Amino acid sequence: MSTTLTHPEVASHTPAPKTPQGAFSLGQLAKGLPGALRKLRPREMWHNPVMFIVEIGAALTTLLAIAQPFLGTQTSGGSAQSLAFTWSIAIWLWLTVVFANLAEAVAEGRGKAQAASLRQTRTSTMATRVTGYDAAIDAAAAHAGTEQVASADLHLGDVVVVTAGELIPGDGDIVWGIASVDESAITGESAPVVRESGGDRSAVTGGTRVLSDRIVVRITSKPGETFIDRMIKLVEGASRQKTPNEIALNILLASLSIVFLVVVLTLGPVAGYSGAAPSVPVLIALLVCLIPTTIGALLSAIGIAGMDRLVQRNVLAMSGRAVEAAGDVTTLLLDKTGTITYGNRQASEFTAVAGADQTELIRSAALSSLSDPTPEGTSIVTLAETLGYVHQGAVDGDVVPFTAQTRMSGIDFADGSQVRKGAASAVTSWVQESAPAPSTVLRELDAEVERVSQLGGTPLVVATRTAIGTASILGVIYLKDIVKPGLAERFADLRRMGIRTVMITGDNPLTAKHIAAEAGVDDFLAEATPEDKLALIRREQEGGNLVAMTGDGTNDAPALAQADVGVAMNTGTSAAKEAGNMVDLDSDPTKLIDIVSIGKQLLITRGSLTTFSIANDVAKYFAIIPAMFVGVFPGLQALNIMHLHSPASAILSAVIFNAIIIVVLIPLALRGVRYRPAMASSLLTRNLLIYGLGGIIAPFIGIKLIDLLVGVIPGF
Amino acid sequence: MYFWLFIAQLATLVLILGLLYRPLGDYMARVYTTRKNLKVERGIYRLIGVNPDSDQTWPVYLRSVLAFSAVGILILYGMQRLQQFLPYALGLPAVPEGLSFNTAISFVTNTNWQSYSPEVTMGYTVQMAGLAVQNFASAAVGIAVAIALVRGFALRKSGTIGNFWVDMIRGTIRILLPLSVIAAIVLLAGGAIQNFNGFDHITTLTGATQSIPGGPVASQEAIKEVGTNGGGFFNVNSAHPFENPTPWTNIFEIVLMLAIPFALPRTFGTMVGDKRQGYAILATMGTLFVASLVAMTLFEFAGNGTATMAAGGAMEGKETRFGIIGSTLFGTSSTLTSTGAVNSMHDSYTALGGGMAMINMMLGEVAPGGVGSGLYGILVIAIIAVFIAGLMVGRTPEYLGKKLGAREMKLASLYILATPTLVLVGTALSFAIPAVRADIEKTSMWNPGLHGFSEVLYAFTSAGNNNGSAFAGLTANTPWLNSALGVVMMLGRFLPIVFALALAGSLAAQDRVPATAGTLPTHRPQFIGLLIGTVILVSALTYFPVLALGPLAEGLK
Repeated sequence: MSTTLTHPEVASHTPAPKTPQGAFSLGQLAKGLPGALRKLRPREMWHNPVMFIVEIGAALTTLLAIAQPFLGTQTSGGSAQSLAFTWSIAIWLWLTVVFANLAEAVAEGRGKAQAASLRQTRTSTMATRVTGYDAAIDAAAAHAGTEQVASADLHLGDVVVVTAGELIPGDGDIVWGIASVDESAITGESAPVVRESGGDRSAVTGGTRVLSDRIVVRITSKPGETFIDRMIKLVEGASRQKTPNEIALNILLASLSIVFLVVVLTLGPVAGYSGAAPSVPVLIALLVCLIPTTIGALLSAIGIAGMDRLVQRNVLAMSGRAVEAAGDVTTLLLDKTGTITYGNRQASEFTAVAGADQTELIRSAALSSLSDPTPEGTSIVTLAETLGYVHQGAVDGDVVPFTAQTRMSGIDFADGSQVRKGAASAVTSWVQESAPAPSTVLRELDAEVERVSQLGGTPLVVATRTAIGTASILGVIYLKDIVKPGLAERFADLRRMGIRTVMITGDNPLTAKHIAAEAGVDDFLAEATPEDKLALIRREQEGGNLVAMTGDGTNDAPALAQADVGVAMNTGTSAAKEAGNMVDLDSDPTKLIDIVSIGKQLLITRGSLTTFSIANDVAKYFAIIPAMFVGVFPGLQALNIMHLHSPASAILSAVIFNAIIIVVLIPLALRGVRYRPAMASSLLTRNLLIYGLGGIIAPFIGIKLIDLLVGVIPGF
Repeated sequence: MYFWLFIAQLATLVLILGLLYRPLGDYMARVYTTRKNLKVERGIYRLIGVNPDSDQTWPVYLRSVLAFSAVGILILYGMQRLQQFLPYALGLPAVPEGLSFNTAISFVTNTNWQSYSPEVTMGYTVQMAGLAVQNFASAAVGIAVAIALVRGFALRKSGTIGNFWVDMIRGTIRILLPLSVIAAIVLLAGGAIQNFNGFDHITTLTGATQSIPGGPVASQEAIKEVGTNGGGFFNVNSAHPFENPTPWTNIFEIVLMLAIPFALPRTFGTMVGDKRQGYAILATMGTLFVASLVAMTLFEFAGNGTATMAAGGAMEGKETRFGIIGSTLFGTSSTLTSTGAVNSMHDSYTALGGGMAMINMMLGEVAPGGVGSGLYGILVIAIIAVFIAGLMVGRTPEYLGKKLGAREMKLASLYILATPTLVLVGTALSFAIPAVRADIEKTSMWNPGLHGFSEVLYAFTSAGNNNGSAFAGLTANTPWLNSALGVVMMLGRFLPIVFALALAGSLAAQDRVPATAGTLPTHRPQFIGLLIGTVILVSALTYFPVLALGPLAEGLK
């Protein structure tokens, strides 16, 4: 069972985000400003082709504004163009670029704070390295020689000793010992956790502190590539690479920009034929308004914010690709224990069989569990006490612990009598060691065991053997798996999203079926071995499905690596963490569902803002095109459906709207578009209405309002 | 009265096309999926050394398309240049270099832009053995490319996308030839002529002499419409009574133009195994078609001026036997299918009505578009629509179970980028180069000012989209226009084909993702609306400024 000191139930709730989620203040903007200005360097702008075009346009317009007094009167589309107009366009184009950089800087800024605190833990410590470690002779390294080295000089495969109060110098696996470790530096969780050699809780992370005991750790990471190093890079966005979908979207945006570049470049000669040639600043203004600046400006902020939302939920994605894949997942593999049911099964019923005395059954069950520290054992004693059992005095006997071979536990009393509880087959054969049990008793027992299994419970059979060696079966303890409340609704949500849930359990098919039905999962895999799990993932992927799963043990590693989204529990082994593409610091398997939502939200935000950005162009055309040519073709005034004040104010208003909308949408980009699990078609209808139709209407209103203000300025 | 006449004509058209949709679409699907070859086809395969059972990868398929078309252009160019040595040349001289270049490309690219008057330029041999052959071949190539793209959606983890030679030969022998034979017979019955008479010199009632050209018109006319080619036997095209004698042949020719393009969505639905997808594409094409038709007809009826009021609408440039409705129906069909045949002069339409003809072509020839090219065009736009909409439902976008990643988006983006760039750059260069501009204004344009600009814009729009209809009122037989339009036609045809075939290859290589409740459904009215919106938005955003400087500025005077 779980060896963490935190109660499993605590882990199942989503911890409160450490930074205020979605909150967005002017302070953040101010903090991001220096970064935004630094990003104006062409070398950095070049990575964002859409905004790079805007920057070139801004620079060109500025030059023209400077030159304008020396060039004499400039005309555009038949009307004179004032110097104030050229300067206004230049300034607002620069602001457009700055706003775009600001969005990215603000998004990055949120990760910086967390990175700073992580960095403190990375400060170099001295490590006690064991020279000539030999696990066979001296596992505890009690007699081996040691030397002091800086943690930065540790290599893969080195063995170090860490004692209470020391920082663990690097990522590794415990090869000997058990210790409680304070991992708050990476998880934010103040309660210490237990780490021990062997099994699935042997991984330790560099930078965390050992609070008690002494452990021997084999280092599994190279210096500079530790878990914390990677975390810092991730939250800072330094190692951010464009994800496949982001690349695809960028291609679409770039080609839209090229189309509009062609439109604007060809407009000059074409309009020149009619004597309506627009000036260069006006053409640049049109170009900037048409190319998808809104989404171009916010695209990287959306990506960073998506990773950030995961970090806030204490999940580390090793790549943005994994976050995207999470949105595509069609099959979720969920471990029964800890995800669908509470980790601990609880006794809910004692049923005596073959005329055995109920009180005797309760007494024996309680006695056999007194020294059983597992949650099941505790729950048996608790149930017995509520049913009136009172324990008197100390138990005088030897505790027989549970082993995988005997599959029983109990006590051998000093008087020679024995009591056992355990799996039906094990206990039955234990009873029959003394004398064959009557078939009526066996039939009755089988019926009871069958009944409990069908209810999804785990039957434990209780039997005693007297000092003279007569054994008898007393009855059955019904250990009930408690399905977490509210899961059925969440699984129904998932089904609406088109995601199939599969429960993985080591239980027998009967039990599994019952729990699967109770929890509302679509399918289950019973008596699952890690190999079965891997085979299931392969089978699902053959059919074109994308699979997500959680795991913590070393034997989960192949399946984690095979799954499209593999979430390793932080409590798990380093093999598991290495194999997965996400790590959940809270080790809460239920979070898989949240991860899928975050992945979808990321894509939805991207799509919605792209739609909004393109839809905006309609209104901008109606503002700029009549303004450009109305001097030569007065008839085009009919297209000025917003009744904008003047050609100059119309063009400037469109440019201002184009810049301001970026700032207005930064909070949305960081928070993400609201997402509720629903069918694809209803999601699409909703988002098309808000961002498609809204994207067409909003700029008409916005540009008109800005024009009302601009129109007041003399000269416009 | 006009209203009911309009409804009656439209209803007839919808009824006939509706009856054709399933049988013709499913027949074409069978033609391109069956393993059986006809005897005559086996003979041709042996002759050209093609193994009909070996499928091609997309680069090989593409090379075959390009090689076949290149040879077609060379042959056609040679035939024109050597016309005086050919039989049945009617004594016509060799066609000049520039014009031969333009015409060769024009017919091989299924554009059928004609910078010349056919009856006084091309003899019967060039018309029948050159131009008409390309009418079949270019149409068959278009359908083949569309089928290759459809296979991209239908196949799973396949390295190949079919065999071009098989697709092209089957398309010609099993689809285009039979349809053309039937159509020619019907047209003959309707009064179209079919002879080898050359010119008849007759004396009219007033005593003047007149030369009446004859020729194998009905057979040419049939493939001209069935293959959405549009190159007329006579200069005035389907306005000529020998080509299009009566109102009912007018409707019949419209049906011929629309039959294959409107049935191909069925072929698509059947081949990808989901007929609802075909209906969705059909609904998109149909809605755009009707909307455009209504708009053009309204603009023509609304045309004002004394003469037009008296005639009940803008009758200038229209044949009285067709009337406004018969003309706009033909005009809309012709400009929306990349046929480019005309039964009335679009140049004489009202500014906004003529603008509609231009907008129809600017939509990218997808509603329903040319034979084959319409289908692959709208499928590429569907990919763009699915990409953006797919993001909005929170999934990496997929269309018919195929993921739309960086490579697919690159190809689709290049596809939609190609034609507008050609049209706009071609138009702009015509005015940007001083010598060219002088030539355009002096020689080519018949109308000064805005209308003249519209004529040039129309020519490049028509060439870039491989439509081939002319605004008339533009003398295109000049060195600049012959060569510029020739290049635009060639790139406007083959660049999209390169991208469509590359797309077919990358889609075919993918496995198919099973559809779930989280998948964007692409057969519902919602998606149809989205697709219509994308078609309109993509072209509107691209062409709005030039339209504002041409038809809009003229129409809003």
